[in-house]
Amino acid sequence: MATAGKISGVSPIRKDHDSRELAARDTATLPIGTPLIFELSSDGRAGADLAPRTKGARSGAEILGPELCRDDLPGFPELSEPQVMRHFLCLSQLNFAQALQFYPLGSCTMKYNPVINDEIAALPGFANLHPLTPPHLAQGALELMARLEAALAEITGMDAISLHPAAGAQGELTGLLCARAFFNKRRETRHKVIIPDTAHGTNPASCRLAGYEVVVAHSNDRDFIEASEVRRLVDNDTAAMMVTNPNTLGIFEPQIAEIAAALHDKGALLYMDGANLNALMGVAKPGHMGADIVQLNLHKTFSTPHGGGGPGAGPIGVTRVLEPFLPVPRLKNTAAGWTLDHARPDSIGRMRSFHGNFGMLLRAYAYILALGGDGLANASRLAILGANYVRKRLEAHFPAASAEPSMHECVLEHDLEKRSGVTTLEIAKRLLDFGVHPPTIYFPLIVHGALMIEPTETETKEVLDAFVAVMERIYTEALSDPELVKTAPHSLTLSRVDEAQAARHPILRWQPK
Amino acid sequence: MRFMPQTDADIAAMLKTIGAADLDALVAHVPESLRARAAINLAPGRGEAEVAAQLGALAAMNGAAAGYSSFLGAGYYRHYVPAAVRAITARAEFATSYTPYQAEASQGTTQAIFEFQTLITQLTAMEVANASMYDGASAAAEAVLMARRVMPKRRVVAISRALWPDYRATIRTYLSALGEIEIVEAPFDDLTGAIDLSALAAIAGDKMLCAVLGYPNSFGVIEPIRAAAEIVHRADAIMITATAEGLALGLLKPPGELGADIVVGEGQSFGLALQFGGPGLGFMAARADHVRQMPGRLVGQTCDRDGRRAFCLTLSTREQHIRRERATSNICTNHSLCALAAAVYLSQMGRRGLRELAERNVELAHQAAEALAARGIKRRFNGPFFNEFTAAIPRPAAALEAAERRRILAGTALAPDYPEISDGLLIAVTEMNHDAEIDALARTLAEAAAGSVEAR
Repeated sequence: MATAGKISGVSPIRKDHDSRELAARDTATLPIGTPLIFELSSDGRAGADLAPRTKGARSGAEILGPELCRDDLPGFPELSEPQVMRHFLCLSQLNFAQALQFYPLGSCTMKYNPVINDEIAALPGFANLHPLTPPHLAQGALELMARLEAALAEITGMDAISLHPAAGAQGELTGLLCARAFFNKRRETRHKVIIPDTAHGTNPASCRLAGYEVVVAHSNDRDFIEASEVRRLVDNDTAAMMVTNPNTLGIFEPQIAEIAAALHDKGALLYMDGANLNALMGVAKPGHMGADIVQLNLHKTFSTPHGGGGPGAGPIGVTRVLEPFLPVPRLKNTAAGWTLDHARPDSIGRMRSFHGNFGMLLRAYAYILALGGDGLANASRLAILGANYVRKRLEAHFPAASAEPSMHECVLEHDLEKRSGVTTLEIAKRLLDFGVHPPTIYFPLIVHGALMIEPTETETKEVLDAFVAVMERIYTEALSDPELVKTAPHSLTLSRVDEAQAARHPILRWQPK
Repeated sequence: MRFMPQTDADIAAMLKTIGAADLDALVAHVPESLRARAAINLAPGRGEAEVAAQLGALAAMNGAAAGYSSFLGAGYYRHYVPAAVRAITARAEFATSYTPYQAEASQGTTQAIFEFQTLITQLTAMEVANASMYDGASAAAEAVLMARRVMPKRRVVAISRALWPDYRATIRTYLSALGEIEIVEAPFDDLTGAIDLSALAAIAGDKMLCAVLGYPNSFGVIEPIRAAAEIVHRADAIMITATAEGLALGLLKPPGELGADIVVGEGQSFGLALQFGGPGLGFMAARADHVRQMPGRLVGQTCDRDGRRAFCLTLSTREQHIRRERATSNICTNHSLCALAAAVYLSQMGRRGLRELAERNVELAHQAAEALAARGIKRRFNGPFFNEFTAAIPRPAAALEAAERRRILAGTALAPDYPEISDGLLIAVTEMNHDAEIDALARTLAEAAAGSVEAR
């Protein structure tokens, strides 16, 4: 068994300190951290050299005249290229990242992002392709999008895919607006969408934007939704129900087909939130569950980099009857090759400019090609294996919140708050000291002090064992030396960040003194 | 499989710990009727070399790789991307991290976003900017929704007809489900190509919520924002500007100085590759007193327990994960890595470099307009322009085809989006276009207008 220690590479500035020694040091002597780019600036420095302009020609400012032109860019940085490089490289060293650390952030699917995909995205034929290039000169890009649509349709069992939405949340809104357009077309007005109490916050927020009232469905004491609960809530005023499957406890909704039937009986639609698709590839297809609409998060299941919070991509899949309502443009196969079809009278319209986050789409397609159908199925099974392994190994002190089998992630609880006053947040901060990015915490809301752990299929058993050892050690520390855990982290460049102060006195930009 | 490290021995040991017979046993609780049909009928996996070859072949099919000179713009612009931008955004420390919920482990991302927010406030002369949005069009839609939260009783949204068609369409979609909103299109002046201010004044009444103008607009024309804002403010409504060519803000008067209340735009010009139109970089800036109605992530400055400066996500009580259906938006992430690219780009260009580059764009675009005029092709509108203008040319579609035969992508015809402008060709000129290209463009379009281009 692995011993508790740093789990992966440690950047040079993250030195281990004895926590108490650190706390005892005079804070005034501590390093001040990385300056802001503006503080490194010096009047007259430049990081870019433009070719000299033609002598005697009028300058842009002269052409437009002072009425239209600004005087200056006060406070804007002035640095050389090496300064800019060093500054941002120094900043990079202050981040935890999937490539460097174990990052079991539940519901985010922080799997390995293949580096070849970044190289492919940088090929001039993709990187320099203007979105308004005539379609006959962009056949490679359009062909790629068509192949990705076909692959996602096969993986999900849906009839049609739109690659248009920029992110999962935008995919949700797109899907709900398609549902709305579908009912409008049938001259039906429906006002409600049912959402389980375990749902992610985007679901109700998207409903609101799509003009729907939210009705909450309650999970049963086994943490899933019963079809009887749906039958109790659904009526002719219900447009849809949004179901995340597996749900946010990592549990497959066992009655999903019956839920779909209950909705369909009343003419309502099943919207499946596909955020957790990494559990389902080759296991169960949303289309077979009765889903009418599903959104996919390519940055989760299909390995596109999370980028510190985007860009992602949030394609949606729909059934045939909903296809006319998908956003424009749609890919269309003609005798002359692929074209972009804007003439679709029932479409909800646009959610954004152009054709989707193509740079993310091509990475997802490269990933699907690399794994193939069986490889994707294997990825889901190995993700499920990892989550169940961690769950089992940790069950003595961090028992699962639900007795149901876990899929690709597990939600754990603990008794430390009662026993020693140590909270989930403090456990999370202590994990940082061991080089582990914490799991998602305090979610789902129905589990008190939840730790939501999603190891993903790209981590070794050795890493999972080391993580278990770290968790056990923190449990022991929390009982023997709770202050050590409560005051974590101790080994990063910063101690605990005061988030309350940031909200009380918002400072949202740098300003010259 | 090269991305998955589990050996047979690992799998056996893990299954034994769990108490499962095999991998399929882990999903045995999923209904058999679903599992039985779940196989994915796609080709077997491929090695890296094969993946690279297949995608390389697709990339090579695109014209961008084949030596066309390009004057395409219309909301997305060809600019040089410095190597430093790619080098930084390729760093796995940035690219493979996620939303900085754990501030202590995310100071790289949070500080870079704080710097990005500051740079956007400097460019726009506004007090607060968020951590970025998906793109300019969706940012414009979010700006209208934000205006509605500020003034919930107003219901008339005036959108300039000369706002980018994608932006107008996106606003319409975002508002489509919200009752009691009326969208009115404010016409443009056919001579100047700028908004018809008297028409805007006629719309501006006590029901007016906001007005949205492009800056520059979809004909390339620099709108009279100050005059429009005065009209909008007389109605106590909210002035929104949308800038698709972010570089323009390096030279033009910042919207904040002209009376804008919410400023949105597209930051693709700040170091992002074209990538067939996405991912882009939406930005949004506003006045400080509206910050609690802003959508999206915000990073704020604070300190750690030892008093050292630190940065973290803040004011999150606006957001979906706290407020659920009462959130300001459903947006979760921003386009963080694109915001990082912009922060690196703007830092490297710097105070003088950005302005010089913007001036160079103005100079080249005017050089092109003059070269066309010298050959008899006038501008369709006489309003001032930045790096993009509308040429008046009969049958623009035919002219585009003729130019393409000479390996020139000469621009974008306006007619599909503006049937009333049958003779408009939108031409963008950036620092990527050199003198010889501009001469060839002028010669080719003049010959096309005369109907005399032959295939080479």
